[in-house]
Amino acid sequence: MFTSNTEKEKQEMLDAVGVKSIKDLFKDIEPSLLAGKFDLPAAMTEAELSAHIKQLAAENKPLVNFAGAGIYEHFIPAAVNAISSRGEFLTAYTPYQAEASQGTLQAIYEYQSCICALFEMGVSNASHYDGATALAEACGAAVRIKGKNKILLSAALNPEYKKVLNTYFKASNVAVFEDCPLNNATVDLNCLKEKLSSGEYAAFVLANPNFYGCLEDAKSISKITHEAGALLIAQVYPVSLGILETPGSYDADFAVAEGQCLGNTMSFGGPGLGIFTCKKEYVRYTPGRICGISKDADGKRAFVLTLQAREQHIRRERAASNICSNQALCALNAAVYLTLMGPYGMREVAEANIENAHILKDKICSLKGYKLKFDKPFFNEFVVECPKPAAQIIKAAAKKGILAGYDLGRNDKTLKNCLLVCATEMRTKADLETFISVLRGI
Amino acid sequence: MNTYPHNLLSIEKSSLGRRGPQIRKAQKDASAYLPKEFLRRTPPNLPSLSEFDTVRHFTNLSRLNFCLDTHFYPLGSCTMKYNPKAYDVLSALDGFSALHPYTPQDYAQGTLSIIYGLRQQLKAITGLYDFTLQPAAGAHGEFTGALIAAAYHRSRKDFERKEIIIPDTAHGTNPATAVMAGCRVINIKSAPDGRVDIEELKKVLGPKTALVMLTIPNTAGLFEKNIKQIAKLAHEAGSLLYMDGANLNALIGMVKPANMGVDIMHINLHKTLATPHGGGGPGAGAVGVCEKLADFLPVPRVEFDGKKYKLSVKSKNTIGAVKSFYGNISVIIRAYCYLKQFDGQTLKEIAENAVLNANYVRVKLAKYFPAFFDEICMHECVLTIDKGMLPNAKTIDIAKMLLDMGFHAPTVYFPLIVPEAIMIEPTETENKQTLDKFISALISIFLEAGTNPEVLHQAPRKCPVKRIDEVMAAREPNLRW
Repeated sequence: MFTSNTEKEKQEMLDAVGVKSIKDLFKDIEPSLLAGKFDLPAAMTEAELSAHIKQLAAENKPLVNFAGAGIYEHFIPAAVNAISSRGEFLTAYTPYQAEASQGTLQAIYEYQSCICALFEMGVSNASHYDGATALAEACGAAVRIKGKNKILLSAALNPEYKKVLNTYFKASNVAVFEDCPLNNATVDLNCLKEKLSSGEYAAFVLANPNFYGCLEDAKSISKITHEAGALLIAQVYPVSLGILETPGSYDADFAVAEGQCLGNTMSFGGPGLGIFTCKKEYVRYTPGRICGISKDADGKRAFVLTLQAREQHIRRERAASNICSNQALCALNAAVYLTLMGPYGMREVAEANIENAHILKDKICSLKGYKLKFDKPFFNEFVVECPKPAAQIIKAAAKKGILAGYDLGRNDKTLKNCLLVCATEMRTKADLETFISVLRGI
Repeated sequence: MNTYPHNLLSIEKSSLGRRGPQIRKAQKDASAYLPKEFLRRTPPNLPSLSEFDTVRHFTNLSRLNFCLDTHFYPLGSCTMKYNPKAYDVLSALDGFSALHPYTPQDYAQGTLSIIYGLRQQLKAITGLYDFTLQPAAGAHGEFTGALIAAAYHRSRKDFERKEIIIPDTAHGTNPATAVMAGCRVINIKSAPDGRVDIEELKKVLGPKTALVMLTIPNTAGLFEKNIKQIAKLAHEAGSLLYMDGANLNALIGMVKPANMGVDIMHINLHKTLATPHGGGGPGAGAVGVCEKLADFLPVPRVEFDGKKYKLSVKSKNTIGAVKSFYGNISVIIRAYCYLKQFDGQTLKEIAENAVLNANYVRVKLAKYFPAFFDEICMHECVLTIDKGMLPNAKTIDIAKMLLDMGFHAPTVYFPLIVPEAIMIEPTETENKQTLDKFISALISIFLEAGTNPEVLHQAPRKCPVKRIDEVMAAREPNLRW
């Protein structure tokens, strides 16, 4: 029995309430509404359920993974889960009663601090749903700040993110999006300058590394964007910032990211971790929870949710966003991960990614019929043009236990032979060799 | 005596050069592969700790929390009930967690079958035609529902329907959602009995109404007695009816929302079904719709052809995607587990216990903190302070005093229509012994408030910190190291 009142206790409680039966507690509900039948199968015991779910888990066949495209497989030290699975974190609510939630609150403050340090940005919120929805919130903020509803997007923005932006703003017409064309897979600076010169845009959205894995000339892009009076929103890859230039260093006004890569499993794409950061001056446009430091009645340092006048439970229809629950436990995972890795650990992880991906690139491009599609600096992901449609290669490689990458033909028919390939620090030399021999055999 | 140590930040425990877990290092450094101008100039200001330091640091932080595993947590509207531990283990199995979202569908049949299976279960408990599991939280589900309503009206060339009617008892997420969906909020005052005022509703319903958005039971813990009439009025005016399912645990196994005339609803899978709150997420906000709205649901969708589960993006009218990929899978698996482990009869017992527990607390405290709406409630009761008995007492002090007595505080100052509101949701998984202790604690606070209100104002004294200056936090924001 899931509920724990005994029949005797229930009777005592009913007597106290002054009703004869439980039915009397539902007297407000029309009898016709109570009559429905519930077509659910017979209940399972925990043992039966466990066997059933293990069976379903076994029907998934995770492959040796060379796919990225927004979700990345990185090493997660066991200590991350050991901490976040503690009941004290796992079964606490949003920290409304600050005095009884100092653990969660300090962890949020440390998360915000670690993210600001990694991104070199002024402010981070306590988390958003995922990278795409965090970007949507940043676009909404830019529109409010600038009082203009047009936003220019890098054409190399993740197509999943573009879909979400369209969904978020189509009905409300709050923001209208347009693509800025590319030149050999990175933002065409002349086009960018020309488009922004109209003065119609609130912001430019830069993806760096972009969806094709290429690194952008972010400093020039930032200069052009700001000279035109628009805001720069950067969508970045947190693990890469262990070594790559940061959105803060190129003066981004907002920087957002999918934070799954920091201590969270891929889990078929969710839960993710929406990282939302901005310059300090825009903190009041930030959606969702933010934790700050204050003092208690004895003058002792204490943590508390703050600047709540932005939020829906205070401001209702004038709130910065409707977000209530966020992805707190995923943010905790990220905070623990970044604390474990530290400044040098993050650098080493990033360097291991760069090296693995560059070795793999050379190996693949030495195969007959395969070549690097865009010759640009990249982090851990790159595009190869294959002798056959990428969809065929993915299908054939899967049979050999390999997830070969992402089929760029899904979004652009002109790239149907192009495969977006990723090698993180998780891939061993042996994995790379296996991948190459599988490709050779296709 | 406060036994909690002053807790340093991780960065304050840092010692340069101290290292955590090692990974296999690259042979060459980054400048061998990338031009220098792409590299960061200074390392990030992250803490340098050992793995052991980190574990001890966060473990000690965790001990500063109240949580459901250790404390009664009667937060109204939040449904802090026990969630079976088995689901935490099962939802984290490698087969689920190690799956990349672009894994070919043949290799992801387990997860796809759970997404499909939960959809069928949710249809069975609500009577609705179909569901999406993509939204990441309750408020995200509301947003999805509002977008579906807007898209439906647009598809009928009914472009004027941009108003969403919301009662003053609603959660703040409802009006914020309406604005995000490009609609205008029409607030209506509740009737003296805490329900929708039918006459007020009639005044604002019309050719501009897109949606009537109700929480059922509402945030006063009351069932909308006239729900069928409300649904009829909304539909006659050409509007759709939205049910915020945040409080569905009061009705699960008893009432199917579709039978009340609900066109769209969201279910907080984490609250009503089963995922621990995690200090604020992740949750999931599944959205269900009636048949005429099914084609507007987000994509991708999971279909079953009798042999295999497949992802499909085919849909003429879909609103698109509200987040990347398919939903918060670990939350979806737990909800699926819950509805496998409990049949219709057990779900009914769950609703019964939720409602019985709330009424028991309400009645036992009636002489001390009377219910604002003096009648049988559903899964939660909203109490208030009788200023005749306790002229100087404040809800905030009562809440903080409860912390000292080892209980998490109820939701306070909500709903907004109740002065000094104390909103108690005991939930279905607590038992009479726990409730009796909680009731005794509140009675002793009542007595103290009458004789010595200053003591209450100094609470909490036994928590890791005393009362926190929230004004200072907002005036001089310190949001990072």
